[in-house]
Amino acid sequence: MSVLLIAEHDNKKLKPFTLNAMTAASKMDGEVHVLVAGTGCDNVSKEIANVALVKKVLVCDSPNYENYLPENLVPLVVKVSEKYDHIVASANTFGKNFMPRVAAALDVSQVSDIIKVKSPDTFVRPIYAGNAFATVKSNDKKKCVTIRPTSFDAAEKSDGSAPIEKVEAVDVPNTSKFIKREETKSERPELGTARIVVSGGRGLESGENFKLINDIADKLNAAVGASRAAVDAGYISNDHQVGQTGKVVVPDLYIAVGISGAIQHLAGMKESKIIVAINKDGEAPIFSVADYGLEADLFKALPEFLAELNKLNTIQK
Amino acid sequence: MKILVAVKRVIDYNVQIRVKEDGSGVHTDNVKMSTNPPDDNAVEESVKLKESGKVKEVVAISIGEDKAQESIRKALAVGADRGIHIKSDSYIEPLGIAKILKKIVEKEKPDMVFLGKQAIDDDCNQTGQMLAAMLNWPQATFSSKINLKDKSIEIVREIDEGLETIEVNLPAVVTCDLRLNEPRFASLPNIMKAKKKPMEQLNAKDMGVDLTNRIEQLKVEEPPKRKAGIKVANVAELVSKLKNEAKVI
Repeated sequence: MSVLLIAEHDNKKLKPFTLNAMTAASKMDGEVHVLVAGTGCDNVSKEIANVALVKKVLVCDSPNYENYLPENLVPLVVKVSEKYDHIVASANTFGKNFMPRVAAALDVSQVSDIIKVKSPDTFVRPIYAGNAFATVKSNDKKKCVTIRPTSFDAAEKSDGSAPIEKVEAVDVPNTSKFIKREETKSERPELGTARIVVSGGRGLESGENFKLINDIADKLNAAVGASRAAVDAGYISNDHQVGQTGKVVVPDLYIAVGISGAIQHLAGMKESKIIVAINKDGEAPIFSVADYGLEADLFKALPEFLAELNKLNTIQK
Repeated sequence: MKILVAVKRVIDYNVQIRVKEDGSGVHTDNVKMSTNPPDDNAVEESVKLKESGKVKEVVAISIGEDKAQESIRKALAVGADRGIHIKSDSYIEPLGIAKILKKIVEKEKPDMVFLGKQAIDDDCNQTGQMLAAMLNWPQATFSSKINLKDKSIEIVREIDEGLETIEVNLPAVVTCDLRLNEPRFASLPNIMKAKKKPMEQLNAKDMGVDLTNRIEQLKVEEPPKRKAGIKVANVAELVSKLKNEAKVI
């Protein structure tokens, strides 16, 4: 039996987290098939067919699936899922939105946001915002699973040549309508996948002062993050938020500036490989997870930090 | 119009949870409990819609042990009209919760069901979507802005890339993001008044739905501890460590 992975894409390109989900899917069963539902999405199918892990691509090309409205997408997924034991997607806002709807339609209890595949039916998932890890076994015959993308390596695109098969569209209920999507544009790398993240907290004291963070981020080719306190104070827009209610990031280097380290924030960044904390309060909880702590006034430390970075001959990109 | 709003009682978000030594779960005895934070946003939005005159009645529901009534009373104290408590002393998975809610929806016939987008204990993020599927209703998840019209509801949703606007026909299920609104605090007189508001009590076992859990929790453990590193004296030392020791820049 095999795994059905639902691809996330914008009809032109595959979204990178789908590659991470492929790796997790391949640990459940070697026979990974990927469903591409969209409109005019040939390039996406070809991109996926190139991934050596993928054994078959199923493509359903119809205007019904242009914007992933779950009311439209789910009947298709349910129909295609008949032949599969596992139905998987990434646990980002894409997968979180539609997968429980699939699970309920199939009368399956979903396993959300897994970080490890122990066996085809046993998984590890964080609970309580990552303050505990639960090992769970699904006793449903079919399994609906969402995958935390940052916990798995991305599958490599190579010269694979999986067959591409067409799938018929199914009727849609016409109960929902897509109006618009406002994507936050940025020259910097995306927060969820950046190698380095520089984050600011309430200690920045204003939105203008985030320039200090932005300058360092530009120098390091890093994404800019923020604590919920900084977002709530209006210093920066909420798509920058790292934490339990924002994004979970796992960069090679996470630099927390003026962030005290509330439980909610730690939940979003404590798996980072190297953590740096810059804070004037030496007792701040952020220091308890930091590999390198600098107890200093950020308004003095950040310009110095930028000056020191400028002195380096090379900076890894 | 009528709104059914679902609330869950969970360990308070400020509590540092402790994993039980035998791996069977987390400690809940003598731990501060409160309403799941985004459920407070769901209640607040329901009450605001009632205050705007568009909604006539707000019914708050919770499923769980007797103390789940505290979360219902809190919803009543900020403006919900009546409560329904479905008693269950054991854990029910989101699939089972959605099945119970479906039964109540069939009886109460609300135009909308509001829920928090995710519970902060099991972090499943499933119940609203599952309920929508079972009712064959459209869904609007992770909502941060709501515009209720006559026969539909326009929603701005929080997505990874930014914001998305959709419109769904009524009846619909709406799950609420923390950014939807700022939940109010209940005043003492309103807390007293809430004690007199009606609360229906039912038993989960009598709902006529299969509540068998499908997922076995084999073990709960602490995540690998991250040990604190070192404090550096100045910025120059920090940059040197990052470059030469951690080799990340």
